[in-house]
Amino acid sequence: MDFTLKIWRQENQKAKGRFETYKIKDISPDCSFLEMLDILNESLVNKLSHPICFDNDCREGICGMCGLYINGRPHGPDDAVTTCQLHMRKFEGVETITIEPWRAKPFPVIRDLVVDRTALDKMIQEGGYVSVSTGGVPDGNAIPIAKHKADQAMDSASCIGCGACIAACKNASAMLFVGAKVTQLALLPQGKPEAAIRVQKMVAKMDELGFGNCTNTYACEAECPKEIKRSNISRMNLEFILAKIVSEETI
Amino acid sequence: MSTLDSKIPEGQLSEKWTKYKSSQKLVNPANKRKLDVIVVGTGLAGSSAAASLGALGFNVKIFCISDSPRRAHSIAAQGGINAAKNYQNDGDSVERLFNDTIKGGDYRAREANVYRLAEVANSIIDQGVAQGIPFARDYAGLLDNRSFGGSQVSRTFYAKGQTGQQLLLGAYSALSKEIKAGTVEMYERREMMDLVVIDGQARGIITRNLQTGELERWSSHAVVMATGGYGNVYFLSTNAMECNGSAAVQCYHKGAMFANPCFVQIHPTCIPVKGEYQSKLTLMSESLRNDGRIWVPKNIEDAKAIREGKLNPTTIKEEDRDYYLERRYPAFGNLVPRDIASRAAKERCDAGYGVGAGFAVYLDFKTAIERLGRDKIQERYGNLFQMYEKIVDVDPYQNPMMIYPAVHYTMGGLWVDYDLQTTIPGLFATGEANFSDHGANRLGASALMQGLADGYFVLPYTMQNFLADKIHQLRVSIENQEFDDAEKSVREKLESIMAIKGEKTVDTLQRELGHIMWEYVGMGRNAEKLTKAIPMLADLRKEFWSNVRVTGDMTSMNPELAKALRLADHIELSQVMAKDALQREESCGGHYREEYVTDEGEARRDDENFMFVGVWEYKGEGQEPIMHKEELNYEFINVQQRNYK
Repeated sequence: MDFTLKIWRQENQKAKGRFETYKIKDISPDCSFLEMLDILNESLVNKLSHPICFDNDCREGICGMCGLYINGRPHGPDDAVTTCQLHMRKFEGVETITIEPWRAKPFPVIRDLVVDRTALDKMIQEGGYVSVSTGGVPDGNAIPIAKHKADQAMDSASCIGCGACIAACKNASAMLFVGAKVTQLALLPQGKPEAAIRVQKMVAKMDELGFGNCTNTYACEAECPKEIKRSNISRMNLEFILAKIVSEETI
Repeated sequence: MSTLDSKIPEGQLSEKWTKYKSSQKLVNPANKRKLDVIVVGTGLAGSSAAASLGALGFNVKIFCISDSPRRAHSIAAQGGINAAKNYQNDGDSVERLFNDTIKGGDYRAREANVYRLAEVANSIIDQGVAQGIPFARDYAGLLDNRSFGGSQVSRTFYAKGQTGQQLLLGAYSALSKEIKAGTVEMYERREMMDLVVIDGQARGIITRNLQTGELERWSSHAVVMATGGYGNVYFLSTNAMECNGSAAVQCYHKGAMFANPCFVQIHPTCIPVKGEYQSKLTLMSESLRNDGRIWVPKNIEDAKAIREGKLNPTTIKEEDRDYYLERRYPAFGNLVPRDIASRAAKERCDAGYGVGAGFAVYLDFKTAIERLGRDKIQERYGNLFQMYEKIVDVDPYQNPMMIYPAVHYTMGGLWVDYDLQTTIPGLFATGEANFSDHGANRLGASALMQGLADGYFVLPYTMQNFLADKIHQLRVSIENQEFDDAEKSVREKLESIMAIKGEKTVDTLQRELGHIMWEYVGMGRNAEKLTKAIPMLADLRKEFWSNVRVTGDMTSMNPELAKALRLADHIELSQVMAKDALQREESCGGHYREEYVTDEGEARRDDENFMFVGVWEYKGEGQEPIMHKEELNYEFINVQQRNYK
């Protein structure tokens, strides 16, 4: 397969970015998208150029490190996959591929296609956990959890923190990301004691970092590689309202 | 250093750890605040250690190679985590988990460490549940279990096919809590470049900021290496792209000895290699062997026809299939340990029965789907099946999966004593980065167990024991001679790599290294191949230092330079691996020497001559490393030939 690639290049956060065009030939349809970029990079090194920077790590769809905006979609044209799991066979009949970094104010570009996503960690640090320290906890089976609740919590917990939901949203809203964590812990008895304070703090941090509000278009759900459902946003809103109205704990 | 003191406490096996804990030295809260600890690596071992030490009150700094701790490759572990809870009432106990782990490791692990691991494993499950990890539950709301290789009980706890992810996120949440509390400081996109040793004690590190290229100095009272394994020396492995053994090599250069470097685990169930462009291999969880049956065609003509695309495997009749694991190992069947399953697959493929491109066997769910229904299989392995389909473009519900062994885990690592301390005082190693618990082969669902056991429940005790003697030790300035020297040597190394401006890219040389290692120091080793590999690796090392091409600059994000630095260390480590594999004239666990087999073709151990840990000491640039021996004394376990028949 042959392609024309239009790739965003930007030396650093302050530099002005631009699209550069590259031609690439004889790519196997079984090649993954990132392997295609590896091939391109090897040719750039052979031409003594600086290779294109892009984040990637596990290359099996679980670490959440990779994330490219490909032909207008986070993680490209296939559904329910990360960029690293995307294969070139999905580009049958496509001539030009445009590759951009995640575009969101709280995700400044570091170089080329690499963005700074530490804002995600900052929101988790506001209470996206149960405040338990090591040791002194009850036996695992002392806390029975209904199977359907555990399964639902697992669905929310399968978020990989890639940021595709934010890149897909025209408001750069992080509500699916935050909603997934709030929901996971609100469903479980272990997360209950801190539920009211957690949702308030995480939402406040989300606003502070410059993430926008929900647009109700659910592009986030459509583009999530792990198919996290928008009901997580509803759940977060419910938890938030309950916290504000009923809870005695406010921030 | 001439003697290796493993510092195993006296007394009965089951009492050693309890005694240790009750007699170790403690540090009072006011003094904890004066003591600094550096943790390198944010996977299960690093995050859990940093969170636990931070919660105790020590000042912790943690360094992450990626943008977030959640990227660490622990996240990719799929199947589960072992613990001897005996919730299933199937006869499990700490003794049994200990026995299985020692036997699984082919009697090359240290008894006392493994017993402690089995002992604290139950607490990991409790800790995880308390953190809100959504482990799989049964309809009564209690924790569910599955089986894994090398065991006859169901002791594996899981969270769908994403157990590693959930456990890592649990440790990450504990870490996030401490970062918020200010007890742990987090430094992301940093790679360790050197260890700083002052007066014989590990007192700090040099890091490189991967965003800016800047070199930075950090001082502390102790350093924890939680940097994972070195499987990427094989180029193609199930490791993530960033996984590397570079930090461990830096410690080795500074005097930390390296144990059993040749013990590498080849995982039997990975998606086979498809092309030259391939960058990594994807694992299909061992848990699939609970329900999947492994086979190749019984008739060589059928295998040939499949390879030529003339025959569809689903049309092959039951009696024409060779379920070779069930045939050879009736007691454990498809759930034999990984090393055995891998070798059996290689044996069949080498004999001409391989499918796909010749290097693949089938993992078939037909019987399980008939027995349990598609929904049940989907519930158990849905995400794995989806992953397979996305990569291979074949629906595994309709067709058998194709799998082949691939490099997965390194049992070898930095030598540590019972305290998890290396041969450099103040330098500790945990998780995959150390060597102590898995012997010559790791059982499935034991890596998560070990990383978290070390981080949550072992280091907080043993490091405290060490730090108790350091309460009068003042913080060292980063403006002293040792830091100057370390930074200078790192800078010179970077400059010399940039100055080579050769002809070969880092990836090209990495592939060459991978090829040598897989062909000559891979699944089937022998003296002839190993003797060839040693000069080939020396040549490759010369070629690297004279002909590598790194473009870009040193003062901005430059992944080529980062890869080149790691490759330089990987070539050196590979040389030690080959030497270690050559000296070990026996077959044990993942180390299979073709000259040392039984009449039935099984691995033949030599307990009389090789029941020791091979511990390598660096003797300087251009010098041959020296091997020391830590003899393994099995006081409590009855050493037997492994038999899974």
